[in-house]
Amino acid sequence: MTEPIVEAVDIVKLLGKGAAQVQALKGISLALKGGELTLLIGPSGSGKTTLLSILGCMMTPTRGTVRMGGRSTEGAGPEELAKLRREHVGFIFQSYHLFPTLTAADNVRLALDVRGDNSAHSIARTKDALAMVGLAHKSNAFPLELSGGEQQRVAIARAIVGQPSAILADEPTASLDGENGNAVMTLLAGIAKDRSRGVLVVAHDLRILRFADRVVHIEDGCIVREERGGAALTKDEGDGAIHDHAEKHDRVEE
Amino acid sequence: MSLIYRLASRNLLHDRLRFVATVIGIVFSIVLVTVQLGLYLGFGRIVTTMIDHASADLWIMPAGTKCFEDPSTLDERKRFQALAINGVAQATPVVIGYADWRTAEGGTSPVFIVGSDLRAEGLLPWNLVEGSLDALAIPGAVAVDRSYFDRLGVSGIGANAEIRGHKVEVRAVTKGIRSFTTTPYVFTTLDRGRLFTGTSANKATYFLVRVAPGADVESVRRGLEANLSDVDVLTPTQFRDRSRSFWLFGTGAGFALFAGALLGMIVGTVIVAQTLYSSTKDHINEFATLRAIGSSSVYIHKVIICQALISAVIGFCLAAGIGLIVVAATADTALPVIMTPALTLVLFLLTLAMCVVSAMAAILQVTRIDPVMVFTR
Repeated sequence: MTEPIVEAVDIVKLLGKGAAQVQALKGISLALKGGELTLLIGPSGSGKTTLLSILGCMMTPTRGTVRMGGRSTEGAGPEELAKLRREHVGFIFQSYHLFPTLTAADNVRLALDVRGDNSAHSIARTKDALAMVGLAHKSNAFPLELSGGEQQRVAIARAIVGQPSAILADEPTASLDGENGNAVMTLLAGIAKDRSRGVLVVAHDLRILRFADRVVHIEDGCIVREERGGAALTKDEGDGAIHDHAEKHDRVEE
Repeated sequence: MSLIYRLASRNLLHDRLRFVATVIGIVFSIVLVTVQLGLYLGFGRIVTTMIDHASADLWIMPAGTKCFEDPSTLDERKRFQALAINGVAQATPVVIGYADWRTAEGGTSPVFIVGSDLRAEGLLPWNLVEGSLDALAIPGAVAVDRSYFDRLGVSGIGANAEIRGHKVEVRAVTKGIRSFTTTPYVFTTLDRGRLFTGTSANKATYFLVRVAPGADVESVRRGLEANLSDVDVLTPTQFRDRSRSFWLFGTGAGFALFAGALLGMIVGTVIVAQTLYSSTKDHINEFATLRAIGSSSVYIHKVIICQALISAVIGFCLAAGIGLIVVAATADTALPVIMTPALTLVLFLLTLAMCVVSAMAAILQVTRIDPVMVFTR
């Protein structure tokens, strides 16, 4: 069995102080494996983003252990965590977070530039990454000249250009229509076919269940269920899973 | 090439109005500092004009003399004592003092008399544009600067006036010998200088010493100090320093100029700090994104400092251009603003330092960025 790319063990996270303090995560353990697209699903306030932040080394747990690339993050300071992020993690955000004053190519190259790689080779890698998301022809366009789907694809190119082992995506399709959402998820599922990479997607959008190899349900700071996703099931099983989840989701919303 | 410069320049130009305000702030600040420091240099130079143009290896002066314009006198006997010291080749007396210049129309104006022996190398007028030094030997002859013609009520060679009841005639005209006190210099012979300033025939203000060829100036200076009582013996450099020190710091003028320069720096720093801070605040999401994708804090600091340096270079170039205009405009005034290559370099470094210091508030702000905020915005 291969070693997980990112592994969180018995994570507890307290947020806030004094009377306003809440326990966002209550002893969660989760491992992100290579060659797998894991979907993290749960209602608002369930702790999805907190767990994503901890797995992505943006936040440190109150208790528990995170291992990234075989190394424990315990005791790591902000700069060490930043180093882990730039070496091992590619992030994709709901609102893209592209730099409006930079072209698509420069936005992608930025992920290499922060690593200190500003060689001619970085330009070639940037072109490759944009080509991989189908936007080679838009490399000189500024974000405002791109559609929402195109912007998210640029963000995906930025996340993958450094060839990180973990791709963490926070609601990547939430701001997109169905067609663009499918395009983005197809890209992420394609990336997850590489056994050296693991993809974790936090989502509300139930239409994307079919792209997942594994679906993790989180509620009130705890993982309540794990199941194989649509990509790992037969079509019928996948539809069933989607149906089951839709029912559960409706209950939570109520 | 790193994207730091591109990111910094585009962050700056993203809000052009704010960028223009930043540059204006820097220009205002640096022009103010340029003028103050340029005046300081100009003042420092003009207060030593006479010392700079005197032919002397050493100056003998009454003990405690603070500056060239100090009219205390020495006894002529000290000159002979000085000439007896080994290594002294020449000791030329110079007389200075204030007097009233009475025009033919009856108006009066204060003037500063400089009387020196025409036969010896002493303190004679320079930059002659009309007449000659020899002409000063003619009875009543004086040399004045062209820039003071109106003040003195004269129009050139041959003009007449009166000093202490003695008729004088302009026989030589100089250009650019201006006094920072705005009192016109009037050059004449030693005897007439004594007459015009009411100095006794056996008195002089200075003895300008020329040392014999091969003699060591410092040894001669020590010999003079040891053998002459109640005098100071200074090299031209020492006398320049003493005069500058008196006028710049003894009178408080230098402190005022430095205070003005400091004020300019403070104003500039505050303006740049404010604009960089608000620019950083506007781009806080982008800095948080940089942090989230793994940039080190040093990378982000470089972006902000690069913004500061771009502002500094543009602001300095404009300020230097304005500074050169000020220099040209004040070149022929009593107190010119002077810009030297060294001052230009100092101003450039000051501008860079000011902008980098200004970036600190912005840097402190981004240092506190929590990358998690990218999930909530």
